[in-house]
Amino acid sequence: MALHLQTLTELAAGLANREFTSVELTEVLLARIAEHNDTLNTFVTVTTDAALAAAARADDALAAGKGGVLNGLPIIHKDIFCTRGIKTSCGSKMLDNFISPYDATVVERMAAAGAVILGKSNMDEFAMGSSNETSYIGPVRNPWNLECSPGGSSGGSSAAVAARIAPAATGTDTGGSIRQPAALTGTVGIKPTYGRVSRYGMIAFASSLDQAGVITRSAEDAARLLGVMAGFDERDSTSIDKPVPDYVASLGDSIKGLRVGIVRQHFDQGLDDECGARVKDAIAVLESLGATTVEVDLPNLDLSVPTYYVVAPAECSSNLSRFDGVRFGHRAENAVDLLDLYCRSRGEGFGDEVKRRIMTGTYVLSAGYYDAYYLKAQKVRQLIADDFKNAFADVDVIAGPTTPTPAFKLGEKVDDPILMYLNDIYTIGANLAGLPAMSVPCGFVDDLPVGLHLVGAHFAEATLLRCAHQYQQQTDWHTACPAAFR
Amino acid sequence: MSLDKKQIEHIALLARLKLSDEEYAESVEKLSKIVDFVAQLSQADTTGVVPMAHPFDAAQRLRPDVVTETVERDRYQENAAAVSDGLYLVPKVLD
Repeated sequence: MALHLQTLTELAAGLANREFTSVELTEVLLARIAEHNDTLNTFVTVTTDAALAAAARADDALAAGKGGVLNGLPIIHKDIFCTRGIKTSCGSKMLDNFISPYDATVVERMAAAGAVILGKSNMDEFAMGSSNETSYIGPVRNPWNLECSPGGSSGGSSAAVAARIAPAATGTDTGGSIRQPAALTGTVGIKPTYGRVSRYGMIAFASSLDQAGVITRSAEDAARLLGVMAGFDERDSTSIDKPVPDYVASLGDSIKGLRVGIVRQHFDQGLDDECGARVKDAIAVLESLGATTVEVDLPNLDLSVPTYYVVAPAECSSNLSRFDGVRFGHRAENAVDLLDLYCRSRGEGFGDEVKRRIMTGTYVLSAGYYDAYYLKAQKVRQLIADDFKNAFADVDVIAGPTTPTPAFKLGEKVDDPILMYLNDIYTIGANLAGLPAMSVPCGFVDDLPVGLHLVGAHFAEATLLRCAHQYQQQTDWHTACPAAFR
Repeated sequence: MSLDKKQIEHIALLARLKLSDEEYAESVEKLSKIVDFVAQLSQADTTGVVPMAHPFDAAQRLRPDVVTETVERDRYQENAAAVSDGLYLVPKVLD
C-alpha cells in the first residue's frame, strides 16, 4: 500500500522491517503537503528541513538498534503547542511573530520518542471556534467536501489526517475541539481525562477545561500516541500523578459485558435523523460484540452549552490578559501612553471571535454580574458533573452522536455565535466534568462522515480505546478515504 | 438588546480592547445575544450546590523551594518589540 495511506501502526511496522526509511516516508508526505496545502490550508508552518533532519536521525537510530516507540513516524502539531525555534501563532495575528523559546511537554515527549514533526497545523484563533473560520490565515477546507468546514478548533489537524497528509496530528479540546473536527472529517479523535496529558507549553484558552489529545485514523494509533503523551508533569500544576496504563496492550480484549449508556436526551430534537440512525447502527454493532445497553439520564444536558459559554470566556479573559504588546506578540505602533499601547495592541492583534469571548468573560466576571453569571455557572457545572457521576454508576461507557449534523458549509454559521456554539452540545459535558471522550467514524450522510461519541469515567481511556478498536475490527468506516486524496 | 453601547465601552475598557465604531455596533448585537443565551442558567435550581472550580477535588501541589530556572533573558527578549539593556520598553508612564 502507498505510504501515505498507511496508518501509524502500519508505518511503524514497515520502518521496523526496513521496507522503507523515515527519510523516504517524510519525503512522500512533504510532497503531499506541497500538492494539497494550497487547496486545504491545513498548515501555518511546514518545517521541511527540520523534518528531514529528524527523519535522518531516526533512520540512524534504527540502524543502530535504538529509537523510541515513535521512531521515524511523521506527525503534525497543532499550532497551539509551543515548539522551540519554530513560529507558534495559535492561529492569531497576535502571535504571528512569536518564535517559541521552549517546547511544550507534549512536543518534548513525542520528539524524545523519535517522532518527526512535519509542521504546525492551522486552527481557530486561540482555539476559539468550531469551524476553523476564526484563524487569521483563513479557514481550512474539509477533504470530503471543499465547501465544508473540517470542524474546529483542531481543523488543520483533522483535515490533514483525513487527507492522508499525515498519519496523526495533535489537537486540544476545550469544548469539543478534537472530537468535533474528528467527527466532521471521518477521523478518530480522543480527549483524555483532565490532567492526564500535560498542559505545559500549550497556549491556554480555558485552563480548567483544556486538554491535549490526538487525531488519527484508527483507535490503535490513538492508543499508541496517547501512551507517549500521557503522564505526570511537574511543570503543569493540574497534572495528575497516576501511572499510565499500556493502552495498546488491552485493545484486543473483548467488550463482552461492557455496559453502554444511551442518553435519552441525545436523540431528542436538534439531532439530524440520518446522523442519529448511523449512531444507532454503531451501537447495534457494540451490542453484537456482547455489550449491553442501558438507558441513562443527563437531565442538565441542555445547560451545558450556556454553562460553558460563561466558564470558558471567563477563564479566557483572564488567560489572554498576558498579551499586552510588551514582552511578546503584536505591538501597536506609536502608542501615546501605556493604556493606548495595551488597547491598540490587543484591538489590532485579536480577531472578532476572540474579542467577543474576552468581552463576554470580562462581563460575567465584572462587579455586579459575578454571582449571577460566573458563580451560577460554576454551580450548574457541578450539577452536570454529578449527572455524569450518577450515570457512570450504572454504565462503563456513554455512547451517542459527536455532533448534531455532519460537516456544515463554510460561512453558514459564522455570523451567528449561538448557532455555532450549539454545534458542541454533545461534547462540552465531558470537558465540564473532566471526563475522557473520543469520536470514532461510524458512517456517512450525504457523503459526509458521522462520528460516534464515546465518553468514559475518569481515567477510563483504555476502556474507550478498546471499545473503539473492537468496533473498528467489525467496521471499515475509519478506512474510507476522500476520493481526491487517495 | 440586553447590553447598550455604554456598557460595551465599559467592558472593552476593562478588557483593554480598542474597538472600531463598526466593532462596537456588532458587539452590542452579538454580546447581547450571548448574554441572553447564558441567562437561561438562572432557571436552574442550584440551592445548596457548591460552585465547582476544578474537575477533581485536588489540592494545589507544593514543590520544594529550590532554584529550577536558569536566566535566559536575552533569548526570551528576542520576542519583544522594544528592549534596551535587558529592559522591556513601554511608553513614558510618568512625566
